[in-house]
Amino acid sequence: MGTMPDVGADQTVKIDVENLDLFYGKQQALFGVSMSVPARAVTALIGPSGCGKSTFLRTLNRMNDLIAGVRISGTVRIDGTDIYSPWIDVVDLRKRVGMVFQRPNPFPMSVYDNVAYGPRIHGLRNRRKLDEIVENSLRRAALWDEVKDRLHQPALGLSGGQQQRLCIARLLAVEPEVVLMDEPTSALDPISTLRIEELIADLKETYTIVIVTHNMQQAARVSDYTAFFLNGELVEFNATAELFTKPKDKRTEDYITGRFG
Amino acid sequence: MGKSSSVWRRADTWFIVGVAAMAGSVLVVAAALVVLLSIQAAPAFQAFGLGFFVSRMWDPVDNEFGALPFLYGTLVTSFLALFMVIFVGIGSAVFLTQYVKGWIASVTGFLIELLAAIPSVVYGLWGIFVVAPWLRSRVEPWLAEHFGFLPLFQGPQLGVGLLAASFILAIMILPTVASLSRDVMAVVPAPLKEGALALGATHWEMIRTIVLPYSWPGVIGALMLGLGRALGETMAVTMVIGNRPDISVSLFAPGHSMASVIANEFTEATSEVHIAALSEIGLVLFLVTALFSLLSRWMVVRLMARAGREE
Repeated sequence: MGTMPDVGADQTVKIDVENLDLFYGKQQALFGVSMSVPARAVTALIGPSGCGKSTFLRTLNRMNDLIAGVRISGTVRIDGTDIYSPWIDVVDLRKRVGMVFQRPNPFPMSVYDNVAYGPRIHGLRNRRKLDEIVENSLRRAALWDEVKDRLHQPALGLSGGQQQRLCIARLLAVEPEVVLMDEPTSALDPISTLRIEELIADLKETYTIVIVTHNMQQAARVSDYTAFFLNGELVEFNATAELFTKPKDKRTEDYITGRFG
Repeated sequence: MGKSSSVWRRADTWFIVGVAAMAGSVLVVAAALVVLLSIQAAPAFQAFGLGFFVSRMWDPVDNEFGALPFLYGTLVTSFLALFMVIFVGIGSAVFLTQYVKGWIASVTGFLIELLAAIPSVVYGLWGIFVVAPWLRSRVEPWLAEHFGFLPLFQGPQLGVGLLAASFILAIMILPTVASLSRDVMAVVPAPLKEGALALGATHWEMIRTIVLPYSWPGVIGALMLGLGRALGETMAVTMVIGNRPDISVSLFAPGHSMASVIANEFTEATSEVHIAALSEIGLVLFLVTALFSLLSRWMVVRLMARAGREE
């Protein structure tokens, strides 16, 4: 069992990471990370650039598999199942653990086709069902009202903030259990950022959310738990309010008070 | 200071005039080519009119000339070559960009491009000594046995003929198609591919739904460039097509092409109308290739617009 922040006894663990090391070729990027991510809550990963927080995030849906020369040791369990076990179907894993990227990456197709993409590749052909899923997903991503009249127009015509919400809708359409967000607002203006943050607050009722952010205010605003990474190590992991007001580690304190990073 | 700046400004003007002249000279050369070919072709056009393009008679002794067999041979061999190369060209591009990384991809890519460096006369020799005998002894009997009910695969199996020419052309345009397709597939943005995989797409689904649609305009462009190359190819085709101005449905039969009839007969053409007929074929060949390259431009632009991207 990884490091668990001080949470109520009723809090269940969704993702359990134990002693995770990760290497890019010969260079080690993560050092013995152990942490337990609580279910149906927002966990923020903060730390200076290059501290390994995005790398860590990408181990949770095995996106790092795509990079040549990446090697890991340790275990990552989701609902108790080791996701690096050879019997795991990576495609199925990625369906359960969705990801929102740093820059909005809608596909060069219509708004509708973007949202229907996931259900379609997973075999859904029924037009009425698809319509329903598209509408629901867009509603949950708080985008429906803005795009309902242009569902069949190119997604690339939307604004940056709308594109990012579309990417979230596209993800919700495959009904994941965990949503990973890799600095989802770093390319957006303040108003779009605010809307995404409101959305995150809504989504945590249903999903386990892990968000990487550069912005400490954002971590404080949206997350229930915060993990501070430095040089590939997990320095401190605690309830957000605790971590920001009573950091236990000197390095955490230095970082959140702006002394480095 | 003032003087030197005015000198520079004059130099600037001269520079613009210079580069404009260079660009203009390209247009002048192209225009001159069309005009001179037309003048040379005029006697044939006067003698045969539009009938030149539908007549299948080619008889230098009686000064009877029709271009249809050559048009037919050129188009059939080029399109057949294109058809043969579609799967291999696109397939190898997909493999080299989406499945292998590092030195295997670069070495294989280099070898494919090396095919383009082989002189066409060498392809022709290889066609005569290797491909044609192989087609005659293995491929054509097999095709005749299994698909002989189609008129395409009937008649005497000679080896040399339309099929051999198409096969050689396919190999010759493969590097064009494969390497250009590879270039467009290599630049499909990684975030799009990751986005698809993150939604639980398999590798193949990602390629089918993201990589192929995204690179489609470029792939079409690559195929059209390959087609253009096939239409104009002379030497290798002449050596294996059989050089008989016939129109036969069977791919086993010998044929002739526009480029090869010019290469074969120009030195021996003595009558004015014979030379004019060959010039007219040259003009038509030029127009056909120009037409296909315009068509491909138009298709690429349209596909790009439909994909919601601008060039």
